Amino acid sequence: MSQVVRVAGIQKRYGTLIAVDDVSFDVQEGEIFGLIGPNGAGKTTTMEAVEGLRPIDRGSITVLGLDPARDVYALQDRIGVQLQAAQLQKRITVWETLDLWASLYKHPVDASKLLEQLGLGEKRDAWFMTLSGGQKQRLFIALALINDPELVFLDELTTGLDPQARRAIWELVRGIRARGKTVFLTTHLMEEAERLCDRVAILDHGRIIDVDTPGALVGRYCPERAVVLVTGDEAADAAFLAAPGIDEVSRRGSELTIRGHGDELVTTVIRLVSDHHIVVRDLRTERPTLEDVFLKVTGHSIRD
Amino acid sequence: MRGLWKLTWLEIKIFVREPLGFIGSVLVPLLVFIGMGRLFSAGGKPTPPELSTAVGVEIPVLGALLISMSAVLSLITIIAIYREGGILKRLRATPLRPVTILTAHVLVKLLLTAFTLALMGLAGRRYYPATLHVPAISFALALLAATVSLLAIGFVVASLVPTARFAQPAGGLLLYPLIGVSGLFVPFQKLPGVLQAIGAVSPLTYAVSLLRGILLGDSWMAHAGDLAALAAISAACAAISSRVFRWE
Repeated sequence: MSQVVRVAGIQKRYGTLIAVDDVSFDVQEGEIFGLIGPNGAGKTTTMEAVEGLRPIDRGSITVLGLDPARDVYALQDRIGVQLQAAQLQKRITVWETLDLWASLYKHPVDASKLLEQLGLGEKRDAWFMTLSGGQKQRLFIALALINDPELVFLDELTTGLDPQARRAIWELVRGIRARGKTVFLTTHLMEEAERLCDRVAILDHGRIIDVDTPGALVGRYCPERAVVLVTGDEAADAAFLAAPGIDEVSRRGSELTIRGHGDELVTTVIRLVSDHHIVVRDLRTERPTLEDVFLKVTGHSIRD
Repeated sequence: MRGLWKLTWLEIKIFVREPLGFIGSVLVPLLVFIGMGRLFSAGGKPTPPELSTAVGVEIPVLGALLISMSAVLSLITIIAIYREGGILKRLRATPLRPVTILTAHVLVKLLLTAFTLALMGLAGRRYYPATLHVPAISFALALLAATVSLLAIGFVVASLVPTARFAQPAGGLLLYPLIGVSGLFVPFQKLPGVLQAIGAVSPLTYAVSLLRGILLGDSWMAHAGDLAALAAISAACAAISSRVFRWE
């Protein structure tokens, strides 16, 4: 796999505020890469610098082999962009927008087909102001895809959408990857990052904290796991506590929560259940999420 | 300038779809103009001589400038709304060049001015004394020259207003008082020195001189100085706004 985006040591200042400080990462071809962090972390500034919309003060950026600051017009033919909180003219129709955009690029895709794919076929002649939040975002995705780009930027794509619209958009983003394109997105929703991204970079106060797959980040920073057994059998509670890799056992009514660390935890629990002939009515495992990772590595919740 | 015609045509359609904007910048100036004509030629009496220059020159010049200014105020407002809503930014993140986006808006406003002026010309024939002779084509061209320089000032204002809410009043506060120092109703020489100084750098002063001259039958050559001044003001404002214009 080759590198589509390479960001090396970039810095961006607004007056005395350093919005982005020594940020480096790369995006590989064909992946969904997420820049995650709370609002104000510097995600949009970083992304817009990569898109060529914002000059940087220090460092270097290469996108598809081009310097976005210098070759922005050459780059625009090969990338698709969805901006955070963008709007269009209130009374422009869906079709007029797509038709205008199609006329601006060298190799546009079939706009009618694209509208159908994004479920906007019936909204063709609707004014922008009459669209729902989800429909607007789907239109912006259509605009980002009209030039058949190699790399698609999606900035806070699902913010403000209801869960159902959000899930539909996630499906569309997976569809973009399935067509061999690379997706670079930002989000402050950890669930979105976890479900959608192949790799994520955690950004806080303008600095990259770590870059990896969501699973690897959880394993690295939050290795603790829990197994919850629903059982009335209290005889073996002490046996669990004595086993290796188990740190804590607690019971609330019929629910026995066994906390530990390492990949062996579930196996250990199952073996003990079998050895002690414990009757288990239900079993589930609990693992930390990116949300927990974020709290751990930054010391504050992403919603602060 | 890829996309210029398509964008211009789209912006015209979008403008016409907004009923209030259309009424404000086309119908209101037209109705004021017709009303004034009826007032002065009421009852079919012959126009008294002291009113004839008012009817024949000052009112058409004022009317024409008001059309032009309402187009400019509408431009300032639209640019401010587009900036505040992130529309300018979204358009800029395409192969559209910034100058194409702004040129499309200038073209829309020039066409709007020309359209309203044409309606006014038709209304003038119907409601104004038949004795008036207006060199329509020359007058229209002169007004377009004036409008270009006003639009250039409009871009400077549009660059500086913080929000869309302030755009229209800020533009109005700047532009309407300039009518007072333009020499249209009070001769330029009678103004106090400081107002004369303001008038000297205001495009309206040269626009009034040009429009009045054309109506009175002067040749274009006689107003080469006015045209040069309008061009210089346009160029200066374009240079300023290219430095201070904000896209977001």
